[in-house]
Amino acid sequence: MEQDIKLLKGNEAVAEAAIRCGCDGYFGYPITPQSEIMETLMQLEPWKTTGMVVLQAESEVAAINMVYGGAGCGKRVMTSSSSPGMSLKQEGLSYMAGADLPGLVVSVMRGGPGLGTIQSSQADYFQTVKGGGHGDYKMITLAPASVQEMADFTVLGFELAFKYNIVSVVLADGIIGQMMEKVQLPPYQKRLTNDEIREKYPWATLGKPANRKPNVITSLELDSALMEQRNLNLQKKYKEIEKNEVRYEEIACEDAEYLLVAFGSSARICQKTVELAREKGIKLGLFRPITLFPFPTNEIYAYTNTVKAILTVELNAGQMVEDVRLAVNGTIPVEHYGRMGGIVPTAEEILEVTEKLIAK
Amino acid sequence: MKQEIIIAGFGGQGVLSMGKILAYSSLLEGKEVSWFPSYGPEQRGGTANVTVIVSDNRISSPILNTFDVAIILNQQSLNKFESKVKPGGILIYDGYGISKEPTRTDIFIYRINAMDTSIAMNAAKSFNMIILGGLLKVLPFVNIESIMQGLKNSLPERHHHMLPTNEAAIRKGMEIIEKI
Repeated sequence: MEQDIKLLKGNEAVAEAAIRCGCDGYFGYPITPQSEIMETLMQLEPWKTTGMVVLQAESEVAAINMVYGGAGCGKRVMTSSSSPGMSLKQEGLSYMAGADLPGLVVSVMRGGPGLGTIQSSQADYFQTVKGGGHGDYKMITLAPASVQEMADFTVLGFELAFKYNIVSVVLADGIIGQMMEKVQLPPYQKRLTNDEIREKYPWATLGKPANRKPNVITSLELDSALMEQRNLNLQKKYKEIEKNEVRYEEIACEDAEYLLVAFGSSARICQKTVELAREKGIKLGLFRPITLFPFPTNEIYAYTNTVKAILTVELNAGQMVEDVRLAVNGTIPVEHYGRMGGIVPTAEEILEVTEKLIAK
Repeated sequence: MKQEIIIAGFGGQGVLSMGKILAYSSLLEGKEVSWFPSYGPEQRGGTANVTVIVSDNRISSPILNTFDVAIILNQQSLNKFESKVKPGGILIYDGYGISKEPTRTDIFIYRINAMDTSIAMNAAKSFNMIILGGLLKVLPFVNIESIMQGLKNSLPERHHHMLPTNEAAIRKGMEIIEKI
């Protein structure tokens, strides 16, 4: 295991973890700040070892549709992109949701709107959590705050995707993608054979044996009654995910009078803010949602008895703050602090804003 | 133990790779490390910088506003980061091309003429290793053995014949760094 501890960029860790967890195929198109995912895969040449396919598609739209096709065959397939590229993938993601297909998407956010900037941002929270494509659908959204979690959530993302037949998104940002940290890589898992896939996933379109009806994978259903039933089934699945899969981390929350709520890279900076606040005797804690869908609504609400106010810190104009406000349901004040366009707030700056909130 | 370090200079000076070697060799000694680069257009001839944190404990923010140590390799970076060194901290700078010397009196300032020395040694590519040697002399928080092991592990084998040159550069840096 010793040699499995490495110093890697978040993006590189995704590539290493994908190969190790038995991924069958990666389809992508380069864009900063996540290009190292495909670059690392191309360097590691997994087609020579595990048999994993790595393909640079002609566009982001092609890549997500290759994922749609691979997923339809019950394969562990993935893509990755950054904000403008993720916008292009939304149609494919909606189709995959409509067809109940599993898949993994790594979205490394940069500043928008438009081509924006290659610097870090968290402005695609709405796009990912609220459904950037059309229709009533959700994707499991995991928000890594370290290089270790980039590796871990690649594995977990696939597991959850196949547990619920849903798309999992690892929603990172430029900071988490570009920084290097110590990472313990996951153990190797074998890729499933076609026979194993047929047995585990009877819906997969891997060739029709004589003894069953053809499998049809489609998101189209022109009979409204049946289409409503499909929607009800999806909603039932999302409810179950909300019940089972909420993940979060609490730092210095036991005696906290004030709470920061932040995810991903913002949570790392806020952790420093908590350290600075504690040195000054301010009882500040940090609540870090790890799953953004399902959102830790009840877990945040539980703090409304002990905490006087909440400040959300995001690299955007205020997106997750809406879900925090829904969680506390008006019981305590919730304010937002955000920087945009690739500007990252300092821990000291966040402490200043927190102190102003406390003085109110 | 915790060291919060910024290394800043021109793209192409080996700023990022020096930070990586520092982080990797500290990792080999069992430390927690983080390495956060400026990325993007800076790398095409503009300024480049990297924040390296080495700690016994879990690291909170990989992005910092103030530093224990600033390693400065050009005038723009000196202008930008001199004020960001914590009082009592360390500023190491390469004298080449510096027209306005650092002026703070509440920090420890060291000068290392690594650019001139690397040219004199006919080893311009070892410039960043000379700087690294200077840092290790002033602040020996990682062993030179770990640095060499780190270099060996991270360099492809075809470059391993360069290891003695790099070690010589590190030792030269230890010799020539001077306190201002």
